[in-house]
Amino acid sequence: MLTMNEPMGRAALARKVLPYALLSPAVLVTLAIVFFPMIQAAWMSLHDYILWKPKDFTFVGLKNFATALGDEVFWISLKHTVIWIALTIPAQLLLGLATALLLNQEFPWRPLARALVIIPWALPSVVIALMWVWIYDANYGILNEFMLRLGLIKASVPWLADPDTALYAIILTLTWQGFPFFAVMILAGLQSIPKSYYEAASLDGASTLRQFWHITLPGISGVLITAVLLRTIWVANSIDVIFVMTGGGPGYATYTLPLYAFIKARTNLDFGYGSSLAVLFTLMLLGLVVVYLRRAGRGID
Amino acid sequence: MVGRKSLVKRLLTVDLPMLAILTFTLGPYLWMLLTSLTSEDRLFTEGPSLVGATIENYVRLFATVGFLTNLVHSFIIAAGTVVVGLTLSVTAAYSFSRFSFRGKRYLLLQFLIINMFPVVLLILPLFVMMRVLGILDTHLALIIANATVAIPFSVWMMTSYMNGIPRSLDEAAMTDGCSRLGALWRVVLPLCTPGIIATGIYIFITAWNEYLYALTLGGRNVRPITVAIQTLIGEYEVEWGLLTSGGIIGALPATILFLIVQKRLISGLTQGAVKG
Repeated sequence: MLTMNEPMGRAALARKVLPYALLSPAVLVTLAIVFFPMIQAAWMSLHDYILWKPKDFTFVGLKNFATALGDEVFWISLKHTVIWIALTIPAQLLLGLATALLLNQEFPWRPLARALVIIPWALPSVVIALMWVWIYDANYGILNEFMLRLGLIKASVPWLADPDTALYAIILTLTWQGFPFFAVMILAGLQSIPKSYYEAASLDGASTLRQFWHITLPGISGVLITAVLLRTIWVANSIDVIFVMTGGGPGYATYTLPLYAFIKARTNLDFGYGSSLAVLFTLMLLGLVVVYLRRAGRGID
Repeated sequence: MVGRKSLVKRLLTVDLPMLAILTFTLGPYLWMLLTSLTSEDRLFTEGPSLVGATIENYVRLFATVGFLTNLVHSFIIAAGTVVVGLTLSVTAAYSFSRFSFRGKRYLLLQFLIINMFPVVLLILPLFVMMRVLGILDTHLALIIANATVAIPFSVWMMTSYMNGIPRSLDEAAMTDGCSRLGALWRVVLPLCTPGIIATGIYIFITAWNEYLYALTLGGRNVRPITVAIQTLIGEYEVEWGLLTSGGIIGALPATILFLIVQKRLISGLTQGAVKG
């Protein structure tokens, strides 16, 4: 099939193949360590597969998925996942927006502030969990002491041990961890808005609020949407902070879907059911991922 | 007079709110630092304070808990991930940045999509796969696991850095007799060095901070710092002086590296918007 007999054939072929040849190491390795395992996860989800019974790998079709839909813990976890995203993302967004607007002003210590504000982003999630567990500590935690002194609470609250507060305590931690990402993204968006727009608006007598509404917001809307999509996907996926802080407890009070899948596999060694939960959750996220990829795809070429 | 008025206004509308946000941002970290410097018996009587600050918690951390080994494990894994992530993605990034070919968009997007999948979806099959291969609880296992994040990230970042280098430079090198790969090696790579370093450092930080893979695929022989800290929480439940000193040590390398490269990294990240 090759046109070797033509003198130009070889060089042309080489030119055609070269880009793919250069790509092949990265593509082949990701196929082996990402895409192949994912297919395997989908395959496992169709089986009864408990790790300590390795011989027992029976095909059960969609049974695991049916079990999930009838599983009370699945619905509890799903509810928590929704609450957790619905509160964490707006909180991160608003705090990040405020931070970005401030960092976009002129003040002498701006470079220092910009560098310091992203520190939470660089910390290991285990360390984040550790320090917030200490802050929330029922007996010696600073949050209790702080709120007792201000008279906001009458007695110490065991924030992470109380099913009513545990999820919200974790949401605050996640907000703290993630808002710098929004701040940095939005700041980049703000800096791409030409100064002349504001100057023109000032000359026309537009108030600061109107300028924000008609210049700033449209100017950063693209960045905002991208950041919200990315962050939603990331927050939804993240389980390490919860896992270290509460392990899902007390009871099921801080279970989210991916955490449930992880715990099923880790403590019950039920890889079949765990995989099916992971697959279900991935399918739920897929809509967001597709929207994000569409936006990212426009930027290519 | 006008100047003074606007200074007051600036202090009230910019400096003060910024200070409040920074207090929220750094407060927990500084509180952890302060706790780690307080001796265990004072901690519960007087609370954390700088009065009578001591490093006894740190001494204990290294002397009795053996934190040094964990640091070494973390270092091997993170450095290994950097090497794997960078070498595998150099040629790929060059290909994306210099050629147009069929399926380019999909190939590029497939690297982007990897970071969107839940870790749980990958962690279970990777565990099964590594058990079959007999590499569970080795450095290699954790390097492979971290590479699932590092390779796509690195491909995206390097592509964006290489896009910033004019094609005319490689063409000039090729008319001077360099091959394609020669041009990549001698011209493009040296010019990308700052970008490569920033990408490498970011990979290092992510691998250093990684916890779930380390817990699941390692944990007994290979115990990186994050797993060690989590075990501390279980073992020394109420000894917050010791625990927080572990937290400070565990966070230190990543924090310092991040502060060094933050400017360059952020410009790359916000252009590509690859990863949170």
